[in-house]
Amino acid sequence: MDNFLTGREKQIVRSGDTSQKIQCAKPSLAGSVSQRACVFCGSRVVLYPISDALHVIHGPIGCAAYTWDIRGALSSGPELHRNSFSTDLHEKEVVFGGETKLYESLSELIDRYKPKAAFVYSTCLVGVIGDDMEAVCRRVSKEKQLTIIPVQSPGYSGTKKDGYKVACEALATLVGTSDREIPKISINILGDFNIAGELWLLQEYYRKMGIYINATITGDGRVDDIRNAHKAGLNVVQCSGSMMYLAKIMKEKYGQPFMKVSYFGVEDMSDALYGVAKFFKEKELMENASLLIKEEFARIMPVIRMYKEKLQGKKAAIYVGGSFKAISLIKALRLIGVQTVVVGSQTGTPEDYALIQELCDEGTIIVDDSNPIELSQFVKEKKADIFIGGVKERPIAYKLGLGFCDHNHERKEGLAGYEGMLNFAKEIYATAMSPVWQFTR
Amino acid sequence: MESSTTKMPGSAASVRNACKLCSPLGASLVFKGIHGCIPMIHGSQGCATYIRRYIISHFKEPVDIASTNFSEETTIFGGHKNFNLGLDNIIRQYRPEVIGISSACLSETIGEDVNRLIKEYRQMNWGSELLPELVYASTPGYQGTHIDGFHETVSATISTLAVKDAKVGEHINIFSGFVSPQDIRHLKEIISSFGLDYVLFPDYSDSLDNPNWEKYHLIPPGGTLVSDIKRTGAARGSIEFGYILNEGAMNTRVNKAKQVLTAGEWLEVNRNIPYHRIGMPIGIKETDKFFELLEWFSNKPTSQKLKDERGRLIDSYVDGHKYTFGKRAIIYGEEDLVIGMVLLLLEIGIEPVLIASGGTGGRLKQMIDELTEGKTKDVKIMNNMDFESMNEMADELKPDIIIGHSKGYYIARRLNIPLVRIGFPVHDRFGAQRLQHLGYQGTMQLFDRIVNALIEYKQENSPIGYKYI
Ligand code: SF4
Ligand code: SF4
Repeated sequence: MDNFLTGREKQIVRSGDTSQKIQCAKPSLAGSVSQRACVFCGSRVVLYPISDALHVIHGPIGCAAYTWDIRGALSSGPELHRNSFSTDLHEKEVVFGGETKLYESLSELIDRYKPKAAFVYSTCLVGVIGDDMEAVCRRVSKEKQLTIIPVQSPGYSGTKKDGYKVACEALATLVGTSDREIPKISINILGDFNIAGELWLLQEYYRKMGIYINATITGDGRVDDIRNAHKAGLNVVQCSGSMMYLAKIMKEKYGQPFMKVSYFGVEDMSDALYGVAKFFKEKELMENASLLIKEEFARIMPVIRMYKEKLQGKKAAIYVGGSFKAISLIKALRLIGVQTVVVGSQTGTPEDYALIQELCDEGTIIVDDSNPIELSQFVKEKKADIFIGGVKERPIAYKLGLGFCDHNHERKEGLAGYEGMLNFAKEIYATAMSPVWQFTR
Repeated sequence: MESSTTKMPGSAASVRNACKLCSPLGASLVFKGIHGCIPMIHGSQGCATYIRRYIISHFKEPVDIASTNFSEETTIFGGHKNFNLGLDNIIRQYRPEVIGISSACLSETIGEDVNRLIKEYRQMNWGSELLPELVYASTPGYQGTHIDGFHETVSATISTLAVKDAKVGEHINIFSGFVSPQDIRHLKEIISSFGLDYVLFPDYSDSLDNPNWEKYHLIPPGGTLVSDIKRTGAARGSIEFGYILNEGAMNTRVNKAKQVLTAGEWLEVNRNIPYHRIGMPIGIKETDKFFELLEWFSNKPTSQKLKDERGRLIDSYVDGHKYTFGKRAIIYGEEDLVIGMVLLLLEIGIEPVLIASGGTGGRLKQMIDELTEGKTKDVKIMNNMDFESMNEMADELKPDIIIGHSKGYYIARRLNIPLVRIGFPVHDRFGAQRLQHLGYQGTMQLFDRIVNALIEYKQENSPIGYKYI
């Protein structure tokens, strides 16, 4: 492994080796082919599912073009979010400033699409040419009588995770600006983006239990619901990476409690439902939850067992966006008989990594902010059969003769909840058992 | 249309669903076409990650693009440290023969002098046997589009590496532009069949469409050899595909005085190499021009095999002419690809009703009108287009078919008409690497796909499920 980057050793540890603690939240090294995106990307993916808002990217065309409708975040109503609006800055604006172009763009887009609010994202270029984006937003806001929220997200100003934080701050300015009364037993769903309609599945579970769903942030999100989000009895937060910060702000500001959950895998899903039921201290909720869970188990477990038998002994490598998701994946894989031998994430937290170290068998490689070279060597060393990651990892897996399961936000199959567990098992099974590998290994 | 370069009213300032990408993407593609090369974008990390993702989704191959990962600090104090560290790290990990450096919006805006940085790096590492060739292309994303970045990088690579004062060889240069790996393979077959020695650049036919591997390659095999790129400077002639090429970059500059030369032009001016510019060889007439040139260079007639391909193409045109005649098409994409497609469509009786490009060259209308001798004079032909403008115009134009890349799918879906996918990106179908556009063979493929799309549409919308046509 002589061609590993020096300066990265501390971002790689092996489970069972207690002498080491992983280092994370470090900026990527120059010259590395990081799988990470940028601050703007973080803000954009978190906010974009708000489907009745206008999302305008103030910057050169690339940043907007590459993020056009890249995630399968579904909406049950408006689909304004699926467009990519850009101020398309040229050299002229680099030299003379882009405020006029932003002003004109924003005004014409608002007139045309009549959104409920607008988010305006700044990108690297805007960060350096010094446009006063906030002033332009204020001016248009006044003229059009519309909430316009500047999202300060120049890519260079940190990592994708910082982008999540910026997005949460933007959301926090919306929350609390409406005062609709709602039932007491009510929640906001934070951190699900309704990929492949996953959120709708979760909503159904909660509704069956008898819980009112106030705002969904941001999957299938609406501006007015988010304004009223502070009214819910509980914030249920998934995917600690992106939305924890908002939950913390809301707790501080409105005393609203929050609960961290994962919807991936049957264990975590059930824990989530029980946890929420327990929180409201209503006997009926608990009963409903346990009934629902029983039914779902009866439905899916026989199928899961079948998969487990067939997949026993297969090994998996995981490389996903957040470390919290990795934890759920490890558990879900175990349920279907697959052992995890490499775990990594783009932006993990020390707590999650510690938990992963505990959870995994000895010798499992744990890595933060990895790159193709490392990943290819790890999976070979650990003889993994299946790789779980995003589109950028797919060709690496395939070239190495590994099966692949897309666990990113571009996928078209829902992986949350009980139904999602079935989909997941089916996909792992399909990729592990395909006859094509006879020609590659 | 009185104006060929402005968009529809209502989107005067903003771009709504861009029909273009940014220049470093084009640069990275070209660098993938150099043997042993790793592309590095001098700028923020996000750009490289997005660009990789975009390229990977099309070619379905590993694509490593490094970045100098600008931070807040770099943006203020300059990218000097990151630049050196980036090169060091790439060299240590990949041992590349070439590092292809492109700038991005950020590095250009803060005024990075990359040429100076390269010079200093070379001095610092003088004598090191690991020191690769360093090629630099200036590709700020705010200038032109991905296609301008592509041509700029072809030109920059040639001007950096082409030999000077060497004895003129027997070979010719082919600058084939942004085409598919299968197109490149076919071009090489064609040129070889004339017995010509040639250098084709950039050749990513393997590096972006590799066979399955026994062992993982850090740098995918394939690409034009550096030694071949060097000898472009001693060729006896160059052929370059494209009428517009990099005019978009020029057009979006504030200071338009500085010439941007294409690779062919540069070699003509600086190495005295005769230069032939033709369109992309799509359709019979444009492909004929290419073959005439090859016959002239080789002093040999076209092989029987290729003549037969031409014959079969004409035969298919005849067989299918009724299915295509009078059909109305919207075409979009890079300017030169669009021009080639329009010329093909006119050969088979399809009527273009909207010809659009996100390209910023500004001469699309003029060029097409010239090439078609005025046949398209009443057709809407527009530069600087985005998809929402097309979408809004589409209903009125009553198109039967749309021809372009994946991103216009939503319009085809809304209108419930077929989309024939060509060019880049094709993110929603398999086999994008193997799509063919060039030569009689490529035209045949395009023709079959267009005819079949129209037939399928008719069949599926017919009250009776017929089985023959
Ligand atoms: S437009 Fe500029 S800033 Fe945006 S991705 Fe392209 S190079 Fe990067
Ligand atoms: S320019 Fe900056 S904001 Fe835009 S994609 Fe690149 S890193 Fe992200």
